[in-house]
Amino acid sequence: MTQTLIRPETPVVPPPSRPRRSKHRDPSRFFRLHLPLVLYLLFTLIPFYWMLVFAVRPAGETSLVPWPITFEHFDTVWNGVGFGLFFQNSLIIGVGTLVTVTVFALMGGYALARFKFRGQRVFLLALLCTQFIPGAMMLIPLFVIFKSAGLLNSLTGLIIADTAFQLPLALILMSGFVRNVPVELEEAAMVDGCTRLRAFFAVTLPQLRPALVAVGSFAFIGAWNNFLFALMFASKQDKFTLPVGLSYALGEFNTDFGALAAGGVVAAVPVVLVFAVVQRFLVQGLSAGAVKG
Amino acid sequence: MRTRTWAPYALIAPTLVLMAVFLVYPIASVAWFSLRQHTVTQPWKNGFIGFENFRRMLFEDQLFWQSLVFSAKWVVVEVGLQLVLGLVLALIVNETFVGRALARALVFSPWAVSGVLTTGIWILLYNPSTGVFQQLAQWGIGDPGTSVLGDPATVFPATVVTELWRGVPFFAILLLADLQTIPKDLYEAASVDGAGRWRRFVSVTLPHLRDAIVLSTLLRAVWEFNNVDLIYTLTGGGPANQTTTLPLYVARKAVDSHDFGYGSALTMAGFVILLFFSILYLRLSKFGSRA
Repeated sequence: MTQTLIRPETPVVPPPSRPRRSKHRDPSRFFRLHLPLVLYLLFTLIPFYWMLVFAVRPAGETSLVPWPITFEHFDTVWNGVGFGLFFQNSLIIGVGTLVTVTVFALMGGYALARFKFRGQRVFLLALLCTQFIPGAMMLIPLFVIFKSAGLLNSLTGLIIADTAFQLPLALILMSGFVRNVPVELEEAAMVDGCTRLRAFFAVTLPQLRPALVAVGSFAFIGAWNNFLFALMFASKQDKFTLPVGLSYALGEFNTDFGALAAGGVVAAVPVVLVFAVVQRFLVQGLSAGAVKG
Repeated sequence: MRTRTWAPYALIAPTLVLMAVFLVYPIASVAWFSLRQHTVTQPWKNGFIGFENFRRMLFEDQLFWQSLVFSAKWVVVEVGLQLVLGLVLALIVNETFVGRALARALVFSPWAVSGVLTTGIWILLYNPSTGVFQQLAQWGIGDPGTSVLGDPATVFPATVVTELWRGVPFFAILLLADLQTIPKDLYEAASVDGAGRWRRFVSVTLPHLRDAIVLSTLLRAVWEFNNVDLIYTLTGGGPANQTTTLPLYVARKAVDSHDFGYGSALTMAGFVILLFFSILYLRLSKFGSRA
């Protein structure tokens, strides 16, 4: 029986770059590799599947493989509850934060990687220290600041808050990415008569494309998912984001699991798709030395 | 390239401004608020009261101590399990097998899901009438009608598993990235010396991962300490405040009762505790001492 189980093929689509086929048919590979992987995949995927089933299953049914499927729950949350608007708000905040975090992180990361300046170590230390500042525990003073600045119930205010809290880590990551682009390329361009700015845009920036994708996507995901700031600073329903909408749905739809699941799918699809595309840039970027600063 | 230009300062200026306004100033103001009576709903009572908030917190507030104990338990259990499972997962997806890229994308995907959405998904799984336990009961496994979130005996493990689902990929991604920097010839040399698989793991892999493990556990411990989204929406701190963490207690003070003075005192306590344990942890683990 084990003979059939230890075959190295797993029933998934082969990736474009085929990894080396394992030459040795080592029976321990099944227990070491395939079995735990399959178990973990089940742990990861069953919750997603459960949500999907609830979202497309007509109310009152209990089948695990519902057919025919229905889109009535999506209609309820998108049009009836207002998830269409929440989706739009989340998208504005996500994209806004993506742009500001990426631009500021690129500027600061470049400064850290390419210049030596007075106060540099202090700045780096301050960036690291921010990681220990709990966003949740800053709610009270932030609320006061937001109130006096007139930023309550404004999407701009949420973009600013998300940017402030995500920028330090993004900047540290970005400086690692910039450091990995050989400075000689830039210097050669400057010898050829480019200004530093021209050299940056012509030589360094194109090399940073994976870094921009990684940092930008994570800023987007972070802003898209931020719950507490949105809950605290945007209490009017027309400024709700998806997590806030969902949190109310958790209470209101206590019996309408179909609507809750459909709302969940709406909130999950964009970030999970973005993440599926960029996760390999993240692993590459981190292992290329960004994590060591 | 040490320069005397203003260029680097101009480049970091936006970051500095944002940090000053939204990180430094709030900390200072928390310190100030913690010495005041400040309730939004009763502004006529507001004023400076010295260390009264701290006295009340330390000597009269049962829930402060209870939430602190639960926070500690939550962080230790959550980070410990995430690290072990994340390391195992990283080692697995670092192996060569067909479909590896897809497997990685799938097992890492919960990382992108928000705390609130995680709650939504797991409420669907845990609900007593149409959840997985009901399904299992239909197949003859366990009892029907189990409400794992309502039962004081099961609410903690149920919450831990929910956060594991979302938290393990963080460690897996970070450790996988570090695993890929281990030079292959180290393993070959160890094999030549007759080291088995376990021996190679203990004497090559683990020492190489040490700094990454220290850094990721520390970051994660701070984040898990501050994790409010998930617990707030999944259990609301209940039943009977059993799952109330310190930040959740602060958030409820801020959101529900608008008691900013006392909430700030609780926040200061949280800061001091985080700072103390972070420094202690870095000292004990001798972080970066080999570099």
